[in-house]
Amino acid sequence: MKLPVNLLIGAVLVALVLGAAALSLLWTPHDFTQLNVRNKFAAPDATYWLGTDQLGRDLVSQLTAGARNSMAVALAAVLLGGSIGTALGLLAAAIGGWVEDLVMRIADIGFAFPALLFAIMLAAVFGPSLTNAVLAIAFINIPVFARVARAAANQVWTREYVAAARAAGLNRFAISKDHILPNIAAPVIVQATIEFAVAILAEAALSYLGLGAQPPSPTWGRMLSEAQTLMYQAPQLAVYPGLCIVAAVMGFGLLGDGLRDVTDPRLVRER
Amino acid sequence: MILEVRNVTRRYRLPRQALLSAPPVLVAVDNASLTLERGETLGIVGESGSGKSTLARMVMAFERPDEGNIRFDGHDLNALSTGDLRRLRPKFQMIFQDPYGSLDPRRTVGWSIAEPLRVMASTDITRRVDEALAQVGLRQQDAAKYPHEFSGGQRQRIAIARAIVTRPALLVADEAVSALDVSVQAQILNLLMDLQDELGLAMLFISHDLAVVASICDQLMVMQHGRTLESGPAQQVLAAPSHPYTKSLLTAAGA
Ligand SMILES: Nc1ncnc2c1ncn2[C@@H]1O[C@H](COP(=O)(O)OP(=O)(O)OP(=O)(O)O)[C@@H](O)[C@H]1O
Ligand SMILES: [Mg+2]
Repeated sequence: MKLPVNLLIGAVLVALVLGAAALSLLWTPHDFTQLNVRNKFAAPDATYWLGTDQLGRDLVSQLTAGARNSMAVALAAVLLGGSIGTALGLLAAAIGGWVEDLVMRIADIGFAFPALLFAIMLAAVFGPSLTNAVLAIAFINIPVFARVARAAANQVWTREYVAAARAAGLNRFAISKDHILPNIAAPVIVQATIEFAVAILAEAALSYLGLGAQPPSPTWGRMLSEAQTLMYQAPQLAVYPGLCIVAAVMGFGLLGDGLRDVTDPRLVRER
Repeated sequence: MILEVRNVTRRYRLPRQALLSAPPVLVAVDNASLTLERGETLGIVGESGSGKSTLARMVMAFERPDEGNIRFDGHDLNALSTGDLRRLRPKFQMIFQDPYGSLDPRRTVGWSIAEPLRVMASTDITRRVDEALAQVGLRQQDAAKYPHEFSGGQRQRIAIARAIVTRPALLVADEAVSALDVSVQAQILNLLMDLQDELGLAMLFISHDLAVVASICDQLMVMQHGRTLESGPAQQVLAAPSHPYTKSLLTAAGA
């Protein structure tokens, strides 16, 4: 089987970002919080690979630590929102009738609700924090996963092995657990990969607005917002975190698309 | 009498055609009645859309009739509580048309065959799965394999093993051999007849192929557009069909 190009490029980018994030847990070239004003705006050299910022902090160290924060927020948000959304989608498909209609109408409303607006609302009520950023991003994931899970589950419910399970005496919750969930795992995982990209972008936007992780914990979004005022003086300070965001978002997006291409049963059957 | 279907009607509401008109109603099964004795086979024939599968789903208590009632072993299926129905389910089982769709691709064959036993909280699951595999001509080792490792005929054997592992009194077979090659069809039909003798199974055997039904059934029922055109002992219906539609089916089957 030939692997699609988007899957390969996506996998490489994701491996780089995840690798940098994992590495930053153990080691960064410098302490990313250490200020060294005498050494501000240093040019790239053997010590500071990408140079330093307006406060003399090492850029590479900040970028890798930022990767770790982005990944952590995206992972927590997608896991939380994905589990709740998938459970709701399974429930809607299992019960059907007005319960299904209700769940899907609520999902429609959640879908139409802008994530940033919701995050700003949360921040206004509870104050800006990393936890609130995670909750806001998780919240916008719920309707996405509810829809995907319900559509896939409804297909599986028409299968004869589900009828056989009913004949065996299983109730709809046991059927959802034993047969529906394992058979919708592929589309849900594909969606999770794509939503991971969305979550990274949302986290960057939130911390750009100061609604995400708080200083001194570095994030790409905040690096970008701090660099904004220095655009003419030191454009590289904005370029590097921007590139990181693009690489991570594209990486997970392409990986998700590629996974969909290889797991979509319609395509598999044609091959 | 193991199964008695009395004056059963099932209607489906179709999507509304125009905003202000009532949605059209399709009568999928129209006033159908049948009785089946222990150990006997009743064949239901009819073209596509005649309501055979709908009748089968009602007999399996997957859906309720709008009118009429269905008694299995003396119990009115639609009057039973959920718990009582679940306890009765092992006694009537079903095999399906599509040998590729009736087994969960993510589960081993042994897991699928054991499924009804787990619901019954049976204590000797492994032994009974092995026994069922042997009864359908498969090996003990096959329990650890996945459905994609088997041919269509073998999968249908697995589906039969799952259906008989609970020692049912009634087996509903909806187009159980239609998707198989002709040579494999004969093997599966022979297997079903052997099992029927061995276990004293009553069978509701659904097919659009009169030749197949004629070869194994005691009673015969002919359906078209939800209505029962005729029914009676298979010999009698085949020898002297009273309805022109049955005659045309006979001609088509080359009899
Ligand atoms: N859930 C449903 N909703 C609406 N209409 C249905 C539904 N199930 C069946 N029907 C309709 O009821 C009629 C009878 O269908 P049924 O599947 O029982 O026929 P069948 O004799 O089994 O046909 P086949 O030989 O194709 O399997 C058909 O016209 C079908 O379109
Ligand atoms: Mg049918």
